[in-house]
Amino acid sequence: MTIKHHLSDKLLLAYSAGTLPEAFSLVAAAHLSLCDECRAQAAALDSVGGVMLDRCEAVAMENDSFAATMARIKSSLDMAPVAVPPSDDAAILPRPLRDYIGGDLDAVRWRPAGGGVRQAILPTSRRASARLLHIPAGMAVPDHGHRGTELTLVLHGAFRDQTDRFGRGDVEVADQSLKHTPVADIGEDCICLAATDAPLRFSGLLPRIAQPFLRI
Amino acid sequence: MTALMLSVRDRRDEAAFAALFSHFAPRVKAFLIRSGTNRGLAEECTQDVMASVWTKAHQFDPSRASVATWIYTIARNRKIDILRRERRPEPEDLTWGPEAEPDQIDVLALQQDHVALGRALETLPEKQRELIEKAYFGDLSHSEIAEITGLPLGTIKSRIRLALDRLRHALA
Repeated sequence: MTIKHHLSDKLLLAYSAGTLPEAFSLVAAAHLSLCDECRAQAAALDSVGGVMLDRCEAVAMENDSFAATMARIKSSLDMAPVAVPPSDDAAILPRPLRDYIGGDLDAVRWRPAGGGVRQAILPTSRRASARLLHIPAGMAVPDHGHRGTELTLVLHGAFRDQTDRFGRGDVEVADQSLKHTPVADIGEDCICLAATDAPLRFSGLLPRIAQPFLRI
Repeated sequence: MTALMLSVRDRRDEAAFAALFSHFAPRVKAFLIRSGTNRGLAEECTQDVMASVWTKAHQFDPSRASVATWIYTIARNRKIDILRRERRPEPEDLTWGPEAEPDQIDVLALQQDHVALGRALETLPEKQRELIEKAYFGDLSHSEIAEITGLPLGTIKSRIRLALDRLRHALA
């Protein structure tokens, strides 16, 4: 698989520093699951974090800290270890997404989002929202601009907009300056993970009226 | 540090753990305080983080991360949890072949990277180093950094990019 569109350095740094809203972290984790290049970058940025931690000017722990920590360890060992689910090579959705859905694509509870597009909103914190979008082959998501940042990761099929074509693993980073109409490739349905920290701005009147009901 | 951590992982060595604790616990605590946690909570959470270092020791792989980096990721995730009450989605684990034993050359290269990166940070201009520190410890978004320093966002972004480029070159 050749991924052409990657996470920006800024997003990778924020993911590594732990400052991204949960919905954006989910896109980052899903992209990293598919993209070795960004995974390596993220590992490099984590090691900057490691160096930063090492450089921190030590703040003394309480006198009984070590004993208290050992006591914590003893009590946590009484709890049953968390079973790691077996890896599933046949899955379409990367593991971090399956964790939110409770299964692969067949477990997604789709809701109509207008114009044949279906969506499933994922349970993340309210700082930003994340949803899966199912765009039937050849269909378009209504023309829209953005007030904040929108990240769109393709999981299946492909879409095309004014800027380029995006296939599985590709992520489009859209901000205020981009106004686009994503269209799914004609060959097959397109499934994406989209996250945004502000409501989208639709150009047409009808989608704008529908917006509050769609929660996008 | 790597040898101590491997003793904890493979032999459940309490003395090695005590040595790791005395080095890292005060730094994790400092990291949490700098990120906006009060001292009492920082003490609590540091104990939690260090307890995870023991209980999750089997996940430590010296060919993938230095001890400092591995502990950083545990502390960062705990920070997200306590400061924002959010989950942090992690990438899918790579599936390794049957020979799970890491290559010693990889382990060594990673330790050298850690040292080289530390030196590279030292040679950065003060302002750039401060920015990187803010990005990692301040729990500040890029737009928040811009608000505090009164600099336009574009400048901040390009300075962080420049700093990161310099870091990359220093490691190349």
